[in-house]
Amino acid sequence: MSTTKYPSERLKSWGKAKTLRENYYRDFAEAHDKGGIRWAGGAWSFDAIPAGLGEDVWCLTGEPYGATVAFNKELALECQEAIETKGFARDLCSYMRNYWGSIILNKYAWPQYSEEFPKPDFMWQDHICCSHAKWYQVASDLEGGIPTFSIDVSVGPYEELTESRLNYIVGQMHDGIKWLEKTTSRDYNDELLIKAVQNEFRTCHYWAAICELNKTIPAPLDEKSMYALYVLGTLRKSSQWTADYYEKELYPEIKDRVKRGIAAVENEQCRIMTDTQPPWAFLKVFRYLEKYGCVSIGSLYTFSLIGLWEDKEDGTWGPRSIPEIEITNRDEALRALAEWNLSKPEWQHFYHPKLKSEMMIRIAREWKLDGVLLHFNRGCEGLSLGIAENRLAIQKAGFPVMPFEGNMGDEREFDLTRTMARIDAFMESLGMKKLVD
Amino acid sequence: MVTVQMEEKGIFDQFKDWYTNRHEYAKAWKEKGGKVMGYFCTYVPEEILYAANILPVRILGSHEPQDVTEPHIFAMFCPFCRDCLAQGLKGRYDYLDGIMIAQSCLHIRQTYTSWDLHIPTDYSYYLPHPMHVQSPQATPYLREELIQFKKSVEDWIDKPITNYDLKRGIEIMNANRRLMNQVYELRKKRNPPVTGLEAMYMVVSSQMTDKHEHNRELESLLQKLSTRDIGDPGERLMIIGSEDDDTEFLAMVEDLGATFVTDDHCTGTRYFQEEVNPSEDLLNAIAERYVKRVPCPSKDWPKRTRLDHIIRMSKEYDVQGAILIQQKFCDPHELDTPAIKEELEKNGIATLFLEFDVTVPIGQFKTRVEAFLEIMREEDLF
Repeated sequence: MSTTKYPSERLKSWGKAKTLRENYYRDFAEAHDKGGIRWAGGAWSFDAIPAGLGEDVWCLTGEPYGATVAFNKELALECQEAIETKGFARDLCSYMRNYWGSIILNKYAWPQYSEEFPKPDFMWQDHICCSHAKWYQVASDLEGGIPTFSIDVSVGPYEELTESRLNYIVGQMHDGIKWLEKTTSRDYNDELLIKAVQNEFRTCHYWAAICELNKTIPAPLDEKSMYALYVLGTLRKSSQWTADYYEKELYPEIKDRVKRGIAAVENEQCRIMTDTQPPWAFLKVFRYLEKYGCVSIGSLYTFSLIGLWEDKEDGTWGPRSIPEIEITNRDEALRALAEWNLSKPEWQHFYHPKLKSEMMIRIAREWKLDGVLLHFNRGCEGLSLGIAENRLAIQKAGFPVMPFEGNMGDEREFDLTRTMARIDAFMESLGMKKLVD
Repeated sequence: MVTVQMEEKGIFDQFKDWYTNRHEYAKAWKEKGGKVMGYFCTYVPEEILYAANILPVRILGSHEPQDVTEPHIFAMFCPFCRDCLAQGLKGRYDYLDGIMIAQSCLHIRQTYTSWDLHIPTDYSYYLPHPMHVQSPQATPYLREELIQFKKSVEDWIDKPITNYDLKRGIEIMNANRRLMNQVYELRKKRNPPVTGLEAMYMVVSSQMTDKHEHNRELESLLQKLSTRDIGDPGERLMIIGSEDDDTEFLAMVEDLGATFVTDDHCTGTRYFQEEVNPSEDLLNAIAERYVKRVPCPSKDWPKRTRLDHIIRMSKEYDVQGAILIQQKFCDPHELDTPAIKEELEKNGIATLFLEFDVTVPIGQFKTRVEAFLEIMREEDLF
């Protein structure tokens, strides 16, 4: 028998998020029909930079695309088997394999917009994980050769940022713009770049502000829903539509939910967070947790894959303030963009797990958590980097941890029954009883 | 390959001894009063360490099953990085004064960070290192990082590193590279006087001994090699892949009658092929060398420059077959292997792909290598 402690209601802006996402995949597929340009790259690539090529430039970011494929189990398996026949290892990033498989099969995950996989005009990528630049190197090979430019952003943790490290990135960005002009035969528009950078500031700020509201009990958002919302920032963080949606629709709505005590999980009695990408084909795990009145308030991953954070005057962790600077030229825009991105929490653990452990423990305390679920994700070496050390540190800080192994994009490496059994045992260890059968 | 003719003393024994007894060697060296730095990747600029009279010792695994790293490194990361950490957790490198890494792949980075967390050392340094080595921005950036690193070492040893010291560090490293290149040059001969196993002992031992001593041994070796004849090499093979000091595997393959005549490994040519080209700005010269060296696949983008390099080497060494071997789960190599395999085969070079783990399944590998050699031999018949 369910115990309803709090009122709950559907998100009003849910439909808008869905529409924006669909439009994104449609626009990429139809870009050439509109005389525009399309490019492919990672969710962390500096998408504000190609924005300077014009307002008819559309992109496809690889990770959300790989996750979309993963959500469609049949297509995912088809993609994975296709790429394995080309000699690529099964333990490589599963998003990447899903993406490559789409190229080989020439199947787009959104067949209502295109039966065939839309070939990008160029690749524009960042590099912090071993797979990033190599992803598009291989993709270019599979597509028969597509111009590719990648920017190395792995210059060490933000707290140790130096002028020369920043210059290295900014220098690559300037080189990249020259390359874009040459590759597309278009003149570059700095005003569009500046506008995109300012949009990105808003996107990253407001997404973090939305996540911060989840410190409230009851949590106004649950992580399963957050996946459908944060994704917009991973599709095109520098777009006006993403920034406007977060600032003008989602943030006010979640704030209102907090004010009215609206819960994501109406019987909330236990709060956890997770880590890394979930096994996309098995999001039902989150619904299972709700049977215990357990809400996952998010994770460092959902908070800060796109959201940026900073220390606030009262000692808490909150959204990084939008820089109050006037950007007047290309170099200022690029420097601001590089500096902004380097503070991304999800980029810090690439240098040391202690940096991630500190942030996770901070979330556990400030979001008032009872425990932590760590997804030892075989599909992503970048975000699983140091996860075993994170587990030890979080436990040492006094938070119970349940690790479970799986794969975000390859269902062959996820055992649902076993994971559910582990959840039962974990909930029992936290003293939780099932509220709903 | 035929058995090496009886020599009064195996001319590679010293290298093998250094490799086998690396810890005893480093401890004895340290007793003379120097500091020993454990390092995790060949992108570490040893020139600066030699300039500071510090002994750089590459941390490698021991190829034994272990159960100590499970709590620290997720099992999907490569066995090499876990094997290396196991050595630290077991206290086998307890003589190290410091540890450092130069940024390369994520896997070995975890070894460094877990070591940093759990194994106390006096000094620990993470050297950010450009991954986009094909960018014109890479050398100036690395130069600045080397300035910071040099300063950090100076603070640690409480002594300035002068330009004279740097020149000395560059020269000792360059001499080592030059001498090993000369040995490799001999492997191009119709009857190479060096086996792949011997070459491996030579190169890997250079990563863990004082290069002054190593250079003297190399000079002596080169004199002896000029008259050495070890007979028909059999099939001329190249070995390509990730970190590899699996001597047992090389010995097994060469016992089957083939010879490794060259390699593309960071325990082989990738370590020593290029010298520092000294210029007025010595740190810039060092930076340039590490940016322009044959890259680890993790840094080989957007162009895959290793393809041309490997094909060029295969021609220079008259390679007939290539064994592509990599540490299990090594993403950077996994991302290159299909392209390399295709390119080699396009150039008429037979390939065999194998995956290493901490221990080598020698029986299974032997069967596969025998089959590979059989196929090559049958092709020779027809």
